[in-house]
Amino acid sequence: MDKLILIIKREYLTRVKRRSFILVTLLTPLAFAVFFIVVGFIFSYESDDEMVVAVIDEGGLLAEKRQIRDERRLFFKEVHYSLDSARKVVENGEFVGVLQIPPLQNLMDRSQTVYYYSDNQLPLDIQFRIQDKISRLIREYKIDSLDIEKAQLEALETKVLLEPEPLREDGEDASRLTGAISAGIGAVMGFVMYLTIFIYGMMIMRSVMEEKTNRIVEVMISSVKPFQLMLGKIIGVGGVGLTQVCIWAIFIPLISLLVNLLFGFNSTMPELDAGAEIDPEDAEALIALAYKEISNLNWWMILPLFIFYFLGGYFLYSSLFAAVGSAMGDDLGEGQSLTIPITIPVILAIYIAMKAIQAPNSSLAVFSSIFPLFAPIVMPTRLAFNPPVWEIVASVIVVALSSVFFVWLSGRIYRVGILMYGKKVSFREIFRWMFYKG
Amino acid sequence: MAILKLEEVVKQYNKHLAVDKVSFQVPEGSIFGLLGPNGAGKTSIIRIITTIIRADTGKVFFNGELLNNNHPSKIGYMPEERGLYKKMKVGDHLIYLARLKGLNKSDAKESIEHWMEKFEIMDWWSKKVNELSKGMQQKIQFISTVIHKPPLLILDEPFSGLDPINTNLIKSEIENLRESGTSIIFSTHRMEQVEEICEHIVLIDKGQNVLEGKVKDIKNTYKKNLFKIGVDGELPANLESQLPVVQKESNAIIVKLKESEDSNALLNTFLKLPLKITSFNEILPSLNEIFIQQVES
Repeated sequence: MDKLILIIKREYLTRVKRRSFILVTLLTPLAFAVFFIVVGFIFSYESDDEMVVAVIDEGGLLAEKRQIRDERRLFFKEVHYSLDSARKVVENGEFVGVLQIPPLQNLMDRSQTVYYYSDNQLPLDIQFRIQDKISRLIREYKIDSLDIEKAQLEALETKVLLEPEPLREDGEDASRLTGAISAGIGAVMGFVMYLTIFIYGMMIMRSVMEEKTNRIVEVMISSVKPFQLMLGKIIGVGGVGLTQVCIWAIFIPLISLLVNLLFGFNSTMPELDAGAEIDPEDAEALIALAYKEISNLNWWMILPLFIFYFLGGYFLYSSLFAAVGSAMGDDLGEGQSLTIPITIPVILAIYIAMKAIQAPNSSLAVFSSIFPLFAPIVMPTRLAFNPPVWEIVASVIVVALSSVFFVWLSGRIYRVGILMYGKKVSFREIFRWMFYKG
Repeated sequence: MAILKLEEVVKQYNKHLAVDKVSFQVPEGSIFGLLGPNGAGKTSIIRIITTIIRADTGKVFFNGELLNNNHPSKIGYMPEERGLYKKMKVGDHLIYLARLKGLNKSDAKESIEHWMEKFEIMDWWSKKVNELSKGMQQKIQFISTVIHKPPLLILDEPFSGLDPINTNLIKSEIENLRESGTSIIFSTHRMEQVEEICEHIVLIDKGQNVLEGKVKDIKNTYKKNLFKIGVDGELPANLESQLPVVQKESNAIIVKLKESEDSNALLNTFLKLPLKITSFNEILPSLNEIFIQQVES
């Protein structure tokens, strides 16, 4: 036991003290910040110039109450000259282009073409926005011309919200956001699992390989059992992973917040505020509902279970990576093919997890939750959807037993593999190692 | 008293019989040579002794006790395939290895300082292992093997990669350790070193024990009764008719006696000749010759 602690301590401390670790751990949140700044910049980037479009309203659509709405950097000005003189004004640079709106032939027409004269290509989003604005203008014009009561017309359009309700009265009430929020949380959890398994699993594999090629391993196992060495490494590297993830969990949101405050990017996309269809009150209500939903989730169940799956999945896969590392020779490229049987289930699991977010109770999702190699990634994505208790229990038992089993099995491969120098091993051989005596 | 005793030890990998009913014992306080050509099964035997692998059948006794998990801490093992964590500092590394052998931190430090001062390498304490040359790393490796004052030391090709100066340094340390009571198993296929250092040997070939005993006894067993007589002066031409001459040189002659014949009689014969005798030696076979003879037969 003492020796195991010594090994864990060494594995942890040598990594955490390494300059590259400190750099990666601190630079990743900064990289995120830079990423946010760049993305924010890209999204907020629009043409620097103000665009003023001349409008020739041939059909008399514009009226005092019916205007084309201006917006940031895009202005419309009605002109009363002929098309030719308007073109000249554009050439002089007063306007970027001329928008010619021909008269409506028939109020019942459902399509109308307007013309834009300019030498400059109109950016696609501006084109869509102008189309949208003219469409709204024509709609107003038609309402007025057909003498329709606007309120009545608007009453025709009914927004429908589907509100899920429990079958029994004492059942838990879900709101229309439950599904989306559960999916979001599920996706985050699944993704964290996937990344952890890959990043730290690979770290363990490389480290086992290094010990073998360094030839330190035989010195080590004359003092400790190979299993202790493997387990110490897995726990030590796991600690490194936890340290890193915790630092990121604190710093990434913090730095993002700081960046937001400093640079003040409007986090909403321009299309959204241009559309402005969502009532600000509605938006507030939505956010309040989302918060309520998130706090309504059964975190006392989700968090401990997530930690359980995190550890189970980590032990299961990292021990397999350790076993593969022990079987590798000095040539990393040659041994790479040995990792395929581990990477394939991980990748399959993340695909199944994505599917499970959409259909959390499908038979594929249920099966994958009790299949040892998929469960640690798939089950966490389903936790927020309140899966049946028996499925959670079955899955927990499977993951607990299989992680112990895989650590044991990997230990058997590892103890033989680390002493095999200089020859290429096949899967058949690795399989045989499991049954070696002693 | 034997510090280590192997009885009919067998180890099989798949269909390959690596160790085939090997028995031998290592007398306490001796330097014991474990010899054999490459692939003979030496490393497997050592790994069984260090409990890295377990024998399929047979028994191993350490100080009279059946080998168990407490014994590795009483063994210092320097494998042939050896190495260190390249990025660790020398001091930290040695403390780590010592603590894995069961020493507490202060004892470990004390012992390491003692050895580093002895080798005059105290200023390497904070250097990283990969900043040291290969020979320097070998010294660290040696220290790591003896830090915990093990009663049994197993050295597998300890001099490979060492220059003559460091070889002598380690050789004299091995001798010092033996004098202070440490038993040493010295595994190699380089016979001239064995002859120089070991008192007892066992020769392993194809997993089997082919020869075991004191170096002196073995040499006596395999001697061919050859005597070399150094002379000053002209050798008589008809000497071959009187004596079983094997080889004749300008001022020496090698004679092979029969089992029953006495070397004193041979010397007497020479004393009667009109020659000046400068030397009279029995030619004993070198371990190398015995080794090759045994392995090839």
